[in-house]
Amino acid sequence: MEHLIRRLGAGEVLVADGAIGTMLMERGLQLGQPPESFNLTRGDVLQEIAREYLDAGADIIQTNTFGASGLKLASYSLQKRVGEINRNAVLAVRKAVGDRAYVSGSCGPTGRFLKPYGEVEPEEMSESFRRQMSALVEAGVDIICVETMTDLHEATSAVKAAKAVAPSVPVMATMTFDETPKGFFTVMGVTVEQAAKGLQAAGADIVGSNCGNGIEKMISIAQAFKRCTKLPIIIQANAGIPELKGDEVIYPETPEFMAEKVGQLISLGVLIIGGCCGTTPAHIRAFRRTVDSCKRGAS
Amino acid sequence: MQILQEISEVLQSGNGEKVAALTKQAIEKEILPKDVLDKGLIAGMNIVGEKYRSHDLFLPEVLLAAKAMYAGMDILKPLFLKDGIPTLGRVVMGTVQGDIHDIGKNLVSIMLRGAGFDVIDLGKDVSPKKFVETARKEKARVIGMSALLTTTMVVMKRVIDLLRKEGLQGKIKTIIGGAPVSAEFAEQIGADAYGYDSMNSVDCIKRLMEKE
Repeated sequence: MEHLIRRLGAGEVLVADGAIGTMLMERGLQLGQPPESFNLTRGDVLQEIAREYLDAGADIIQTNTFGASGLKLASYSLQKRVGEINRNAVLAVRKAVGDRAYVSGSCGPTGRFLKPYGEVEPEEMSESFRRQMSALVEAGVDIICVETMTDLHEATSAVKAAKAVAPSVPVMATMTFDETPKGFFTVMGVTVEQAAKGLQAAGADIVGSNCGNGIEKMISIAQAFKRCTKLPIIIQANAGIPELKGDEVIYPETPEFMAEKVGQLISLGVLIIGGCCGTTPAHIRAFRRTVDSCKRGAS
Repeated sequence: MQILQEISEVLQSGNGEKVAALTKQAIEKEILPKDVLDKGLIAGMNIVGEKYRSHDLFLPEVLLAAKAMYAGMDILKPLFLKDGIPTLGRVVMGTVQGDIHDIGKNLVSIMLRGAGFDVIDLGKDVSPKKFVETARKEKARVIGMSALLTTTMVVMKRVIDLLRKEGLQGKIKTIIGGAPVSAEFAEQIGADAYGYDSMNSVDCIKRLMEKE
């Protein structure tokens, strides 16, 4: 498959996949069970989800390894199984998509804080990320995706770990912002500009935002990124903010609603568009249609 | 008093060693421990809370200030030995069963302690039974529940249902918070309050205690 960075360099817009957690729950993941535990026992389910997103038209499929760093897995006493948890996730997606889509190794926060405000030594955190990145790269990911970060030190630790393990594997890095009367900040106080510059300096090839916001606020965040970086931008919005309907929690933004706004992201120059919490294969299918129709409009 | 103002300031800058040293000095100068607590530590933490609320400070600064506050509290604690540190009331806090995301809950615990509440933090993945039993045994007046996941927010209702079943609803008040929950959700499940952020949660809990 053609190299990701070349395609983005030529201005091609790519579609990434949507949420995994909710899909796992529909397939038997229990409350309180770590999603990554499926990597040890249910490779078939991982393949099925990857195929659904591939069929929906995603160019990039993420692995079920969001919480698969050693520090995070330690919350479930699974820290000794970092290698196989990451490897199995990559192999399952690869088996499902072959070379029809890029396999992107997801890496989320450790859930722990660095010193001095937290208790974790910077070296312990880097080592935790290095182990995860090695396992992802050895199993053959095409891309690494450091995502949902709120602490720039943690995010850059992960990006640097990926680049140290595999300098040639492209790294996408996204942070999660909240809107305040003073602008967008992560809960750790990182601005979009600090994120764009810090992630780039750490070696990220693609920067942007995921989670925390529905698609409308993501458009504002994308504008902010556009103002302060020349790197390709990735946006993965939630399907809005969850609401309770009866006993069920639903995400309000429909595939049609989000897909229409995807057009605005494309006009802004965002090059990778996918979904986060609450998005489904139906959302990704709708995003694909918007991306394709913009492509036709341009040519 | 100058030194209490200084304690408040070094606490705000997150310097725990300095807070501990100044707290000792204040005690040596025979300033009342209660005043050191209220006009030094709690006063400093209140300012941190206000600045966090106005987005002039963020989580790292709050965590550092909290560490500094605990450094001062450790020195004061033995002096309150007879009656314990005076508090605004006891609150049981926890992230609900099935959820291990505790950053928001920890922040509320910090702000509550900073405001002078006695907090029993049960940690994460806390069962409804544990919430209710602890609150009853420890005579807490409020249970604070947190969830980050849409799949775990429904567990909050089970805690409230259990309180109702045990005839404790109204006697032990409930407040919920976390990314996916809302005031409407709080109302639907019968929670007494919804805290939209950590500082707001402290205000709500103060109001819940006053209502009694």
